[in-house]
Amino acid sequence: MMSKKVRSRIIIMTFLLGLVIAVVYSVLKSLEENVVYFLSPTEIIIKENISFNKKIRVGGLVKENSITNDQTSVNFIVTDLNNEIIVSYSGSLPNLFSEGKGVVVEGKLRDKKYFIANKILAKHDENYMPPEVSKILKKTKE
Amino acid sequence: MLKNFFPNKILSFSNKLFGFLIALMVLFVFVGLIYALFLSPPDFTQGDSVRIMYVHVPASFIALGCFGFMGIASVCALIFKIKILPLMAKSLAPVGSVFALLSIVTGSLWGKPTWGTWWAWDARLTSMLILLIFYIVYISVWKFVDNYENANKVSSIIAIIGLLNLPVIKYSVDWWNTLHQTSSITLTSAPTIHYTMLIPLVIMLIGTILYTLIVFLMRYKTEIMKFKLDKKNKEN
Repeated sequence: MMSKKVRSRIIIMTFLLGLVIAVVYSVLKSLEENVVYFLSPTEIIIKENISFNKKIRVGGLVKENSITNDQTSVNFIVTDLNNEIIVSYSGSLPNLFSEGKGVVVEGKLRDKKYFIANKILAKHDENYMPPEVSKILKKTKE
Repeated sequence: MLKNFFPNKILSFSNKLFGFLIALMVLFVFVGLIYALFLSPPDFTQGDSVRIMYVHVPASFIALGCFGFMGIASVCALIFKIKILPLMAKSLAPVGSVFALLSIVTGSLWGKPTWGTWWAWDARLTSMLILLIFYIVYISVWKFVDNYENANKVSSIIAIIGLLNLPVIKYSVDWWNTLHQTSSITLTSAPTIHYTMLIPLVIMLIGTILYTLIVFLMRYKTEIMKFKLDKKNKEN
């Protein structure tokens, strides 16, 4: 089975696969900005050449007790437990939007601390459980 | 093990055995659906929308698994020149592509009430769409290229290149910030899905795997018969 022909085919195949992997890797690396769906508040603060006119997305958790309503818009804080950013939004909120839950906001940065969103998406985490179990978990936390 | 898929064994795969597989599949899917749709609890965040997961997750698993098989079979076919491998890959493509489409559609139906959008160009969703495109191209090559050897070579290369998309799909939620959530079931940590939902999910997964196996065997039998017939016609 390991004839010369098979050996040479394995070598060619490995080389070609390695080449394609290298190409795919470098393409994904160079397109990183576009592959990433959102930036965390920390990433916003760290990022050097951030533009305040381009549409970007910020993601994280809605900080507890940070949702306030005024006449035209709703304001809340998005946090990644290290840094935060204030978000202002006027429009309808998705059903799953709530404090302590994940959110992705799309819009423009006014500055590194203030974001004006024109679209809100609720982000679901990887936890699945019945309501009764979640109530028990909440009780044990308190 | 591969010998079991050689033409003589497959063509004599008894109808009784096949009937048994179908009965088993129906049982798993039926029980799985009863649990998925009625007996399992709603989720504490998303309510009854969670029930889409019982179709979406098995469909995604099969879509990736089938293409994984196709890719590895194509690598081995090109290196070791085993004749049955391209036929096996060809037989997996249709069912795999349907589940890829189902994964995207069910995901979209789930996304609207939970995320608030039917679609997002994040890494997971985009790479799944690319997988579907690879499936379509692969099937098209077999359909539209007349010469068997040429169709074999081109489709094998497509399957091998598409194989590299699979780790991207799987790890997209870990490598980059995505809208799609990270995995709830991993090899290294405890599942983050409650057992009352995990069990129906596993039942649905087994049922879906059985279904895929059945459809694959039906198609594979046909492909072998076609191959033998073409060979006979060429010799005459």
